[in-house]
Amino acid sequence: MDFIISKFNYWIYIVLMMIGFYAMISKSNLVKKLVGMNIFQTAIILFFISIGSKKGATIPIIQDSHVDAVNSALYMNPLPHVLMLTAIVVMVSTFGVAVALLIMIYRKYKTLEEDEILQILRNEKWPNTH
Amino acid sequence: MINRFENIIIQTISRLLIPPIQLYALYVIAHGHYSPGGGFQGGCILGASFILMVIAYDIKETKRMISEKINTIFISLGVIIYSGIGAVCLILGADYLDYGILNKIFSVSPAKARALGTFGVEIGVGITVMAVMVSIFLNLVSGGEHEEAQE
Amino acid sequence: MKFFALIAVIVTGLLLIYGTMDMPDWGATDSPPNTHVSPRYIEKSIEETATPNVVTSLLADYRGYDTLGETTVIFTAGIVCILLLRRYR
Repeated sequence: MDFIISKFNYWIYIVLMMIGFYAMISKSNLVKKLVGMNIFQTAIILFFISIGSKKGATIPIIQDSHVDAVNSALYMNPLPHVLMLTAIVVMVSTFGVAVALLIMIYRKYKTLEEDEILQILRNEKWPNTH
Repeated sequence: MINRFENIIIQTISRLLIPPIQLYALYVIAHGHYSPGGGFQGGCILGASFILMVIAYDIKETKRMISEKINTIFISLGVIIYSGIGAVCLILGADYLDYGILNKIFSVSPAKARALGTFGVEIGVGITVMAVMVSIFLNLVSGGEHEEAQE
Repeated sequence: MKFFALIAVIVTGLLLIYGTMDMPDWGATDSPPNTHVSPRYIEKSIEETATPNVVTSLLADYRGYDTLGETTVIFTAGIVCILLLRRYR
């Protein structure tokens, strides 16, 4: 029981990550692949945040700023928070660029299904092939 | 493509809410040293206020508040502020982005100078994040046309 | 095709769950990420940067290069969105 309590957070993130992974590799719609990628990134962010937690600690904002020696056991690990703060914004950026690319793909091929796009690409006459 | 619709309740409430949201965003940016907050979070809230304006009114009304030219300048301005503060440190004789040397300008202790340099950097990050959020939303929601779909 | 995807996902998930057996417990105070460099950041943040919020001082001061590159990433994302989608008449 103790073992389950100390490890179940990793298992939750693995289940979430595998949901995203399944959506990325098995769905043929490009928007569904993108949503799967977002779920995958969310799982990684939650995983990093849970690494930085300590029992009996609070958020890394030092409350009494006049104390000379700060006890580091009272505050959580700030490093995963910083890394994931940047990762969240990178996630938003990749999402924006990916949706822009999807809009361009839809304008050119009039579909977002992967196999239909491949069919159109196979039937296309390439101008430079001999 | 979003279609224009007019709802007096939504427009009035968002007209009342947008100034406090922007004020709160500036508070989050400026108070990031002492509470949860900072450039990224405040920039996102500031961008969300303009996005609320696009949703409640329309793109034309929003572009009267923040035109496309100004927005594109803001995208670059944040990065220029960030790297400019780093370059100022370099000119004053320290390493790049080593804010402790800024006490030659502000006449405070090096620790306080580091806090001031951090604050300047947060402002730059906030400006860039706000402008990028607004720009990405406007381009995605209108397909690059920057005008409403006609019924 | 979806069957093979499901098999691959289940095998990967089981391998990852097997990998968690060596991970530190939830909330462990003596785990490797909590012992090496982060106590130094927490203890010296007030003294060196006069900033009580350790996340802010870590983001913009100790790891300023990281944030500079990350700001450049969102700058590039905004410019790419404008270049891809914007159509002037």
